[in-house]
Amino acid sequence: MSWDWAFVWQIMPTLLQGLKITLLVTVLGAIVAAVLGLVFAVARRSSIKPLARGTSFLVQFIRGTPLLVQLYVIFYVLPDIGIRLPALVAGVIGIGLHYATYAAEVYRGGIEAVPRGQWEAARATNLTLRQTWVHVVLPQAVPPMIPALANYLIAMFKETPLLSAITVLELMNQAKSVANSSYRYIEPMTMVGVFFLVISLISVALISLLEARYGRKASR
Amino acid sequence: MGDWSGYIGLILQGALVTAKLTVMGTALALVMAFTAGLARLAPFAPLRWLARAYVEFFRGTSIFVQLFWVYFVLPFAGVSLSPLQAGVMALGLNVGAYGAEVVRGAVLSVPRDQYEACIAVNLSRFQRMRHVILPQALPLMLPTFCNNAIELLKGTAVVSLISLSDMTFQAQVVRAQTGSTLIPFATILVLYFAMSLLIAGGMRWLERRVTRGLDGVRP
Repeated sequence: MSWDWAFVWQIMPTLLQGLKITLLVTVLGAIVAAVLGLVFAVARRSSIKPLARGTSFLVQFIRGTPLLVQLYVIFYVLPDIGIRLPALVAGVIGIGLHYATYAAEVYRGGIEAVPRGQWEAARATNLTLRQTWVHVVLPQAVPPMIPALANYLIAMFKETPLLSAITVLELMNQAKSVANSSYRYIEPMTMVGVFFLVISLISVALISLLEARYGRKASR
Repeated sequence: MGDWSGYIGLILQGALVTAKLTVMGTALALVMAFTAGLARLAPFAPLRWLARAYVEFFRGTSIFVQLFWVYFVLPFAGVSLSPLQAGVMALGLNVGAYGAEVVRGAVLSVPRDQYEACIAVNLSRFQRMRHVILPQALPLMLPTFCNNAIELLKGTAVVSLISLSDMTFQAQVVRAQTGSTLIPFATILVLYFAMSLLIAGGMRWLERRVTRGLDGVRP
């Protein structure tokens, strides 16, 4: 069997439809991950010991188990206790929760990298806790986090094909169904690979721009 | 329902496949990481480009796409692989690409004067790598390698989708046969977590071993 361009153009609309879902999942998942990650990061710093310990364990557990299995749990186990989610929602929650644990680590690193002296200076000049966070800590903590968070965004984008296992019709699933109905695997599978490669290469280039702008000065 | 010991046996069989995949995949990843990582630092430019292309390609597409490509497309090129071979190959090559960057970074972070000292005492390139650079670079690589190995373990779940009967696949079988969802999935989650703790523990031990004798050398 050899490469057939006519077939590629024929399946292109279907693949682009899948790509749209893939990008949608990535964006929604990123929002979930960014918010939940912040919750995890704050809960781990909490002075209530059981909360901090529990969160630490949860984060470690989620990081130590496969995303695919977590998706199965959300999609197959939750309906048993009465929570029935559409596949897309289950996928977004699963992938968002998984990457929230990675984002939490980035937030933690960023916040801890702000020197103690800054906190003390804020207290010495009588800033409130809110003012300390908004005007002193976050402006210094956030820029170094940006490249790291962007890296995880790409990683998340590349993991979205897993959602095909819980019947989300994203790029990979569209390619699989095209391949199964036409018995031609070369073109759909290769095109999916090309799509992912091109989008990630562009994003990697964007990240190095971000790094040049926001990266830690000391690491250069 | 009923025959739980049989189902547990099924899942444990799957656990064995998962462990086998992880070990073989890690071995391949390690070889690829050092080959590509050192090739990226080679004085011969085409070798550097080749390694660069390998790293960018495997880091740019997801493990899932690579696995399907290896399993479904390579047969048309006359290379037929069993699901286990396809799994090991895709996992090893994918994680190896991430590892290559780790190797490169660690080797580059060894201070310049170490290289100069090697030239001054007339060591060959091989001796320099083997006796001076790598012993110092290795401790820097291990923590990231540990993360990579855990990523690889997590990646093995994906092979269940190309009908290899690993732990995730067996859990699906149990789910299909019993209709129970919580027990099989909770069981494999715990088993995966135990395996990742095992990897992390092993790596810590290894780290203590390779840093022995380096006290005072590193800050």
